Amino acid sequence: MDKKYIVSPNPHIHASVSTTSIMRDVIIALCPALIVSVLAYGWAELLVVAVSVLSCVLLEWAVTKWMMKRPSTVGDLSAVVTGLLLAMNLPSAIPLWIVFIGAFVAICVAKLPFGGIGQNVFNPAITGRVFLLVSFPAQMTNWQPTPGFIPIPDAVSGATPLSALKEAIKSGSTIPEFMSANNYDLASFLWDAGASAGEISAGALLIGFVYLLIRRVVKPWIPICVLGTMALISVIFHGINPDVYTGVQFNLLTGGAMLGALFMATDYVTSPMSTLGGIIYGIGIGLIAMMIRYFGSYPEGMSFAILLMNCTVPLLNMWFHQKKYGRA
Amino acid sequence: MGKLTFSMGGVHPNDSKYARECAIEELPLPQTVYVSMAQHLGAPAKPLVAPGDKVLVGQVIAEPGGFISAFVHSPVSGTVKAVAPRKDLAGNPVMHVEIAVEGDEWDPAIDRSKELVTAIPDDKAAILDKIKACGVVGLGGATFPTHVKLSPPPGKVAECLILNGTECEPYLTSDHRIMIERPKEIVIGAAIMQKVLGCPCVIGIEENKPEAIASMRAAVAELGYPNMEVKVLKKRYPQGGEKQLIDAVMHRQVKSGGLPIDVGAVVQNVATSLAVYEAVQKNKPLITNVLTVTGNKIPGNLQHNYLFRIGVPLSFVVEQAGGVPDTAAKLISGGPMMGKAISNLDATTVKGSSSVLYLSDEDTRRKPETNCIRCGKCADACPMGLEPFLLNRLYKAGDLDALEANAAQDCIECGCCLYSCPACIPLLDHIRQAKGQVMGVIRARAAAAKAAAEAAKAAAEAKK
Repeated sequence: MDKKYIVSPNPHIHASVSTTSIMRDVIIALCPALIVSVLAYGWAELLVVAVSVLSCVLLEWAVTKWMMKRPSTVGDLSAVVTGLLLAMNLPSAIPLWIVFIGAFVAICVAKLPFGGIGQNVFNPAITGRVFLLVSFPAQMTNWQPTPGFIPIPDAVSGATPLSALKEAIKSGSTIPEFMSANNYDLASFLWDAGASAGEISAGALLIGFVYLLIRRVVKPWIPICVLGTMALISVIFHGINPDVYTGVQFNLLTGGAMLGALFMATDYVTSPMSTLGGIIYGIGIGLIAMMIRYFGSYPEGMSFAILLMNCTVPLLNMWFHQKKYGRA
Repeated sequence: MGKLTFSMGGVHPNDSKYARECAIEELPLPQTVYVSMAQHLGAPAKPLVAPGDKVLVGQVIAEPGGFISAFVHSPVSGTVKAVAPRKDLAGNPVMHVEIAVEGDEWDPAIDRSKELVTAIPDDKAAILDKIKACGVVGLGGATFPTHVKLSPPPGKVAECLILNGTECEPYLTSDHRIMIERPKEIVIGAAIMQKVLGCPCVIGIEENKPEAIASMRAAVAELGYPNMEVKVLKKRYPQGGEKQLIDAVMHRQVKSGGLPIDVGAVVQNVATSLAVYEAVQKNKPLITNVLTVTGNKIPGNLQHNYLFRIGVPLSFVVEQAGGVPDTAAKLISGGPMMGKAISNLDATTVKGSSSVLYLSDEDTRRKPETNCIRCGKCADACPMGLEPFLLNRLYKAGDLDALEANAAQDCIECGCCLYSCPACIPLLDHIRQAKGQVMGVIRARAAAAKAAAEAAKAAAEAKK
């Protein structure tokens, strides 16, 4: 043989899948919800998305190059996904410097110090969001909707529905009173939850998630468990006292429940590897989120629930394994 | 009824069977053949010839070197030139018998007529002796001596003979072609093995080979042997893996460390069945087999299915097939999932040779390894239900106990994990190493236990 040929062990072929292709699919899946939110909240929303994505990518590039002195990993598009998810968790009227701080926390605190992609314990976008939520509560929950390209049927100004409701209940009014006072129509939540970008359209998020299922990027068990648990708890408590406890539709369609369950809880890195582990993880998220919503002082519990359950992932991975061939 | 398949893992590579329409051609004889003494699983065969000896086609040139070993026969007629070590396709020295080809004179005991012999002999021991004497080994990849597999140990009963016609490896078409061109011989071979085992037979073929399914069904119907049936399987790799095929056809799983016969299964490849037919009915030893010469995006005239004499050098096969295409970056003996890269084209063909496969740089070059993103695709793909990401980590940590507890030794090296890894982590490379180390530990433990038992027995004897 005059020519040199490659010699390496099997397998000699590879599926056409890469980290980049997976991240590209996630970006495509987020597009419907992004388009809806930009239509609803206009240029301001577009600016938040742009700043968030650009900050994440530039920070990752700079830190890997100058501090970690490693080949840059921005090409795998994971920083773009983090940027998009962070932006979708923020209100459109938020000052842009706060967006940058969120991106900084996501990339330079939650992701890269652990070793970059695949190594982080906590979901970077949620870590960024929670940091902003506790540091800038006013800007994060109380805001004016920015003018969009198309009118929103019943845009709520002031507080997000969840925080407004929490205030209302604290001051002694019941849920039915609050609903009628604010002109809420539950069906409209399917496309308008009067909140941050990612929360505005459950329908668009679902379309994106179905795309991920078809592309076999994610499996449906975690979202089913998160949303199922939230629904079950809502049914029980709402059944006991509908004046104090919100119902199923309200809980599933507001406050980032959909975005969290479909796109954040399913993050590969910070969710369990086994199906059974994923089911327990999903139930845990649903449970904690509902406990915070019903009994906690924060209006919204999705982010905290996911972060708390992120901590349990190493244990779940240790305890639960998939069934092996020929072994009981 | 739905199509059968195995219960966990598996991948769906493009089947790339470009040579499926190429009828089997007979490869001409070269000037010299090199017959390997280690072309079966188990102990190498012991040469019985010396330089200068004249041999006929089909004459025995080596005898089994142990219980699990096989006879080797001369594929050509001519003069033995040398009995010496020679490099195999990976470059390791192996004893070979070199024979200069002179004419094509066959051992007169071999029936070379095309006539079909359908009557199955009655004497089981005689059948097994013939299979053994003809050097028949499993041609599905493992080359395990067939007569050993057809003799279940005492207390074990065969409940089903599974004939493996899945050919789940992409590109390969040799089994596909023999099922189309020689279905009756395969069916008679299966009936012979059924006779020995005394059990029903299922012929499993993947759905991507409708011509083979039709042809085999027609042959089964025409020959009318009892308790024989063709079953269609889904297209899914590694369906032809012994454990996976048993799971697919019988819905039973072989215990870790166990043998197929433990669950009543005996699996034989369709090519082995053909070899059994030729051995028992025609007295013809295993000196020929069919291999595929193929590749991705190569011209049609370079795609072939050849009936070759076992011992023909790979370089001769490649030359006859029109040469190595310019686009080839890697040459493989076997399929793209489990085949071996050829580092030495001077190496010879062996009983188990199934293909010469050309892959282009784009098809085959490994991409740089990146961080594991914990997507779990490797665990989803593993047909043994292992967790390659975990085994990879444990291998790097050198934790042999944990590797054993997580069943590294169960790996069948099918390549699904590395095939499906988006981060291109060399999972199988590492797990193969880990498996070797764990197997070493297990064997050492068994040996120590045996030694301790013997020492105790000796001490007890001494006390008496």
